[in-house]
Amino acid sequence: MNQKIYNYLLILADNPLILGHRLSELCGHGPNLETDIGLTNISLDLFGQVRNYLQYAAEIQGLGKTEDDLAFLRYEHEYRNYRLVEQPNTDFAWVIARQYLFDAYHLPLLNQLVGSKDSQIAAIAQKSIKEVQYHHRFSSEWVKRLGDGTEESHGKIQKAVSILWTYCGGIFEETEVENEMSQLGIGANLDLVKADFLSDTKYIFNEAALSVEGVDWSQKGGKLGVHSEHLGFILADLQYMQRTYPQMNW
Amino acid sequence: MNPNSTLNVIKEILKSVSDPEIPVLTIEDLGIIKEIEIENKEVTVTITPTYSGCPAMDVIGDDIKSALQKAGYTGKIKLVLSPAWTTDWISESGRKKMKDYGIAPPMDASMDKRALLHGERIVKCTRCGSTNTKLISQFGSTACKALFQCQDCHEPFDYFKCL
Repeated sequence: MNQKIYNYLLILADNPLILGHRLSELCGHGPNLETDIGLTNISLDLFGQVRNYLQYAAEIQGLGKTEDDLAFLRYEHEYRNYRLVEQPNTDFAWVIARQYLFDAYHLPLLNQLVGSKDSQIAAIAQKSIKEVQYHHRFSSEWVKRLGDGTEESHGKIQKAVSILWTYCGGIFEETEVENEMSQLGIGANLDLVKADFLSDTKYIFNEAALSVEGVDWSQKGGKLGVHSEHLGFILADLQYMQRTYPQMNW
Repeated sequence: MNPNSTLNVIKEILKSVSDPEIPVLTIEDLGIIKEIEIENKEVTVTITPTYSGCPAMDVIGDDIKSALQKAGYTGKIKLVLSPAWTTDWISESGRKKMKDYGIAPPMDASMDKRALLHGERIVKCTRCGSTNTKLISQFGSTACKALFQCQDCHEPFDYFKCL
């Protein structure tokens, strides 16, 4: 059982880990000071949540490993994040669209995990959800502002949303471990999360004058360890220090 | 030995530990101390983080240990997540100190939403007290704060968000 919860925790942890890394790349490179600080603060919140999940994962794995071992010393196929969060930063509209799609899933996910039968997962979710409400507020407001803004901003966010929408199927791809955790009342019911995700995105896209109609195929595989080419490059960066100087401390 | 008095001594020691990012606030003001267990000279302090990723938490843990060590105790830190910390736990004196320091203290949840989401001008300027203030950014210098500016005296100031 512990092995299964461990596998489930990796799915919960790896998405914020990889997205947090992507956002951290923007530190000092945001389009203006406020959005730069906003995005890196979101990154910081996500890393905090990742630490909580991975500390717990390391504990129940029982092999004497630490959160750092799990974050920095796994191989590419052992990461369980879906492909959406690996996609590289391009322009601001793209970063916001990726963030919003993640938040629109993250919030209903945590809403369910708050009631998890695993008390530690419930505690982490209870802690995280308050932070993620701010993330969702930030990203959805920007989606509306860009979508309902100038012709140029509308064009950029529409393009981003149309492309990134093809990665959203990967979020809800069924996996054995998630099904089992859901049945046991430990994990979230992904069908319910998906229903909330669809109604949230429908509402916000409507407000933002955006459309994802006709986008009906999906990039999947991330949660099974099959990633896009970008994850390897992220890990080369993310893991460099720990691989070069094992056990190094900040 | 009277355990109550030891507890009081420990509480006094902990009053000397402040938030590294808002140094006018002690950890007592923040309401993050959940439990203090004393066994001879070993003291276990259970704290709860404000934000999950708050970098101040590691520093606060180290500061608690070194404050206890100076007084001849060995400190151990236990971190609990539940129940999740809320800004409601910030003490009255903490709110006053925060305001004097130039950070608008958190309002209640519904007012917070009105200010941050609907742009209502209800956050008081920490310099002149005017509520004619404008949200500049939902995220300020740290994850726990938003940036506002007073439209009357033009003072830019942080608002501690409701959590």
